[in-house]
Amino acid sequence: MLKMTPLNQTHRDMNAKMVDFGGWDMPLHYGSQLDEHHKVRQDAGMFDVSHMLPVDIKGDNVRDFLRQLVANNVDKLTLPGKALYSCMLTPQAGIIDDLIIYFLSETWFRIVVNAGTADKDVAWMLRKRDELAPNLEITPRRDLAMIAVQGPNARAKVWQVIPDSQSATEELKQFQSAVVGQYFIARTGYTGEDGFEIILPAADAPAFWKALYAAGVAPAGLGARDTLRLEAGMNLYGQDMDETKNPLESGLAWTVDLKSERDFIGKQTLLDAAVTHQLVGLVLVDRGVLRSHQQVVGQKDGVEYPGEITSGGFSPTMNQSIALARISAQIATGDEVDVVVRDKKLRAKVVKYPFVRNGKVLV
Amino acid sequence: MSIPTNLKYSKSHEWVKSEADGTVTVGISHHAQELLGDMVFIELPEVGRVLKQKEECAVAESVKAAADVYSPISGEVTAVNSPLVDEPGKINEDAYSAWLFKLKPSNTAELDGLLDAAAYNELVENEDH
Repeated sequence: MLKMTPLNQTHRDMNAKMVDFGGWDMPLHYGSQLDEHHKVRQDAGMFDVSHMLPVDIKGDNVRDFLRQLVANNVDKLTLPGKALYSCMLTPQAGIIDDLIIYFLSETWFRIVVNAGTADKDVAWMLRKRDELAPNLEITPRRDLAMIAVQGPNARAKVWQVIPDSQSATEELKQFQSAVVGQYFIARTGYTGEDGFEIILPAADAPAFWKALYAAGVAPAGLGARDTLRLEAGMNLYGQDMDETKNPLESGLAWTVDLKSERDFIGKQTLLDAAVTHQLVGLVLVDRGVLRSHQQVVGQKDGVEYPGEITSGGFSPTMNQSIALARISAQIATGDEVDVVVRDKKLRAKVVKYPFVRNGKVLV
Repeated sequence: MSIPTNLKYSKSHEWVKSEADGTVTVGISHHAQELLGDMVFIELPEVGRVLKQKEECAVAESVKAAADVYSPISGEVTAVNSPLVDEPGKINEDAYSAWLFKLKPSNTAELDGLLDAAAYNELVENEDH
């Protein structure tokens, strides 16, 4: 039996093509994935991300617990409402999940985790809570829905639907959030465009979704979500990283704080690690489509270095194929590599990502 | 969408149209493009290539996946729809006019082994369940 979000029937009423996404019955597209992609880059689209899980951590000194639990430093969160992207690591520095931590008050932090990892994440948090801070309360919030409204016109359309929210949210900078009545509104996303991610009571989600639709926000499925995040150069858990990879070889060194005195789970392993691989962007020079798991062969000084595409696909904005790949640290940006596609070797160029941000091609 | 009755179909979802000049035109079915989603890349065979029935001869890639196209019958490729390479979305717009290639059949008896519209419809409906 597939799990359903509070918007399941709404998607079906809108003729969504539904797919099994890690045990969740989710919309892949509502007709055309490409149209949905362009709508988000050029105007506004919305995604049901209620399969992701908000987890509330409440009690005295939540911050001290999180200092030890995650690789990024929650001491960066000084202003209430501020958000922080981080990995949660095993002692061996494998990535249990990547998540966003919202600082609401010293006694209330909210963490949003991935759908596929939610159960193991919560189990890990509870285990560490019992060891490190037994008086904290950890509550998975399956009573909430989550809708991402993304695109250059996304915020304006949200204000059209909830006029009361405008004054509290128009001054929000990227990675800041505010609570407005029953809505938790964050200026975050997974598309490389401006917009909000909005958490609200599950029962109110269908009416809110329909009101956004009436305001001209296009429903968009997981298909467009994947091509948008790939263009934006954002990692996908389970594809670009997992428990067998550490953040330093996953393009996430910027999310790891190794400078402060603070100790966190996985820190010692990272300090001792020899980083031999890197996550890079690839732009296909030849015709074709890059896909995950295709083999990459780079060359330096006559030596071949194998690698693998972790996420690949067609970029609708660039009208060519792009990928994220884990390759040897010996290969440099600007180098050309071979990618084995069926029986052929295609040329691809190593680039710095993101590929696209705020509607503009950057590579 | 109804399945055109003037065409024949393979079990691997290609359509075949017999032309007056004795050649056949080949494309992929509406059902196939629906399963694949928005098409983004097409690779066509070379004109002059001699194909065996069920041989891989073209690639159709969508935003979602890559699909091999198999030759529904044996024969020599006499023409390919080159403009399709720059506009793969034409297959999504109308799969039965966006043809891929034409063949000069080497064994016309193979045509009789293909599915008619009713049999193809049954295949598609059984797949959906």
